[in-house]
Amino acid sequence: MSRLPVHKTYKLFIGGAFPRSESGRTYEAEGANVARGSRKDVRDAVRNARQAGAAWSGMTAYNRGQVLYRVAEMMEAREAELAALCGGVDEVASGIDRVVWYAGWADKLAQVIGSANPVAGPYFNFTVPEPTGVTGILVPEPPLLGLVSRLAPVIVGGNTAVVVASEAHPLVAIELAECLATADVPPGVVNIITGLRRELGPALASHMDVLALDLTGADGDVAELERLGAENVKRIVRGRADSQSPYDIAAFLELKTVWHPIGM
Amino acid sequence: MTKDKREVARRPETAAIPTDWEYSPAPESRELVHLQDRYGLFIGGQFVEPLSNERYTTIDPAREEPLAEIAQAGKADVDHAVKAARDAYAERWSVIRPSERAKYLFRIARILQERSREFAVLESMNGGKPIRESRDVDLPLAAAHFFYYAGWADKLEYAFPNRTPRPLGVAGQIIPWNFPLLMLAWKIAPALAAGNTVVLKPAETTPLSALLFCDVIRQAELPPGVVNIVTGDGRTGAELVSHPDVNKIAFTGSTEVGKAIQKTLAGTGKRLTLELGGKAANIIFDDAPLDQAVEGIVNGIYFNQGHVCCAGSRLLVEESIYETVVSKLKRRMRTLRVGDPLDKNTDVGAINSKQQLDKIGALVQAGIDEGAEIYQPPCKLPERGYWFAPTVFTNVAQSYRIAQEEIFGPVLSVLTFRTPDEAIEKANNTPYGLSAGVWTEKGSRILAMAQRLKAGVVWANTYNRFDPASPFGGYKESGFGREGGRHGLEPYVALDGA
Repeated sequence: MSRLPVHKTYKLFIGGAFPRSESGRTYEAEGANVARGSRKDVRDAVRNARQAGAAWSGMTAYNRGQVLYRVAEMMEAREAELAALCGGVDEVASGIDRVVWYAGWADKLAQVIGSANPVAGPYFNFTVPEPTGVTGILVPEPPLLGLVSRLAPVIVGGNTAVVVASEAHPLVAIELAECLATADVPPGVVNIITGLRRELGPALASHMDVLALDLTGADGDVAELERLGAENVKRIVRGRADSQSPYDIAAFLELKTVWHPIGM
Repeated sequence: MTKDKREVARRPETAAIPTDWEYSPAPESRELVHLQDRYGLFIGGQFVEPLSNERYTTIDPAREEPLAEIAQAGKADVDHAVKAARDAYAERWSVIRPSERAKYLFRIARILQERSREFAVLESMNGGKPIRESRDVDLPLAAAHFFYYAGWADKLEYAFPNRTPRPLGVAGQIIPWNFPLLMLAWKIAPALAAGNTVVLKPAETTPLSALLFCDVIRQAELPPGVVNIVTGDGRTGAELVSHPDVNKIAFTGSTEVGKAIQKTLAGTGKRLTLELGGKAANIIFDDAPLDQAVEGIVNGIYFNQGHVCCAGSRLLVEESIYETVVSKLKRRMRTLRVGDPLDKNTDVGAINSKQQLDKIGALVQAGIDEGAEIYQPPCKLPERGYWFAPTVFTNVAQSYRIAQEEIFGPVLSVLTFRTPDEAIEKANNTPYGLSAGVWTEKGSRILAMAQRLKAGVVWANTYNRFDPASPFGGYKESGFGREGGRHGLEPYVALDGA
């Protein structure tokens, strides 16, 4: 006897929960009714991301690395579900391996990116990388590898993220959110909004609590988004959809230099 | 030493403690500086007349006397300079060996050291800063900056593991009037070390040290067009920013202009670094070495008349020592000597321009109007020139404009706190994030504070220290990118193979 499958309602991922859009709107993508996030949803996500920042960046790097590794474990367990919603098992495999690669950077990046500075005077002087803060990400295609490639370098350095999923292929982003939610990623560290780019992009780019913006996934509207981002001097990154580099981590880090006199 | 002589050497108990600390004038000679009546633009290795045919007068702000006629570069002039820089990049600077680039920069460093007194006097004449500072801070640091980056020129691959750094091309650089030659060094040294060529615009009010630097370029035999200097006001800067053949813009100046530049460059893919304003908190805990801290407060806000983006303009004092700190501070302020920038005893020189003096005056008036209590030590200000007495405000609320806005003058706002958490909260309560100071004898507290302050530079038990090996730059609306150190190379190189 055939059995009628239970369909999943695809919702947003904000503050560790899966709410519908506050607007009550949906749009149809990949044969599903997907939440059509609003400016208010973006604001909610940014507020959650901002609140989550202190605890996430205050964690030990070792701990953050383990949480990321746990994300890879959860992705592995959902390999088939993820594969069905993106380019297939190869894309999922690349995505998982990429998360593992970045997990290993958590407790090394300060050694590679920071420095001890030999100043010409009796001072102890060192430079340490610190997270920039809430980072907005417009996900490039392919929908899973593009998301993972841009998100992992942002959060491994202690930033929190508001992610706008692929407009045409949003489902895999919500599937990934289920991995994040079960991987001990603290609520609010990653928030994922589905919906229309033309509505969500400007809301994210102009938000004054968003301090960095990854526009790798932006297309024709880059100039306008960058202009909006300048209002609070956002750090704006346009990288590659399929890259894996400590320089991608560094792009979302501030450098803090501390001086102290040396003396008896 | 015999017993008798020891007794003679001891000061008699009856000797009076001097009540008057008047110093005799000790002016540095202006004779070292030979100014021309008028200057052209330095393009392609020589001075040329501006195509714009526009000029303006640059003055000595301490005397309100004209020093020289300066070219106001227009669109065609900027275009001319960018072309010269492009040609020099393609034909000369990008094809010589990096080790040769290094040697040119070493030469520049050496020549700056040799001619440092001349530059220091000129810097004080045109900018109003005390000779003690231009002589002991600006010049040594400018020379050191070239020396530091010279050594990087042929070692870039060690700065960027797993990458082959390449130059970007032509860098357009716009610098402020507070440290004219030092900012020039911060901009030009890393750009050239990484293999770029440069079009630099000095500030409208302080072009002379950049124009004298052209003579250093001549002496160093730097290939023509590698460094081009275009003078003018903000219009010249805007032309440089929007020029299509400039690959990178580096700007130091106000946050307002920085945002406008970022908007202009939106969507162009041009590289950008910004070093913008600040409203730094200088935090004094009750266990701090108070006399040292007071020196740090004074150095933090009255250094260079407070024309310092990282000035410690908000003093946060732990409530229990508030009275002591404020009274020690006022006593120390009474010993500051305000006056002739060329006098070697001067602590606080002239305000850089009439415009800046008006801005300081307006913000100070706003502080009084909002209810803060003002203190200025008695000091005789010269009749001519632009002057502002060292000023401290008490009874300041966080919402007051003097606690929020960058004044860029010798004006300090004092606030208090009770707990470290409150200090952090107040210190970070600003859109800026350039620098901060912490004064305490407790090591673990220094590190905890340093970790939580949202600022690119944290000075602990010191303030306003700079070094070419030490990265400098801001968080948040104080800009992005670093100058100094290995990190200061990054804005001038392309790292991916694309």
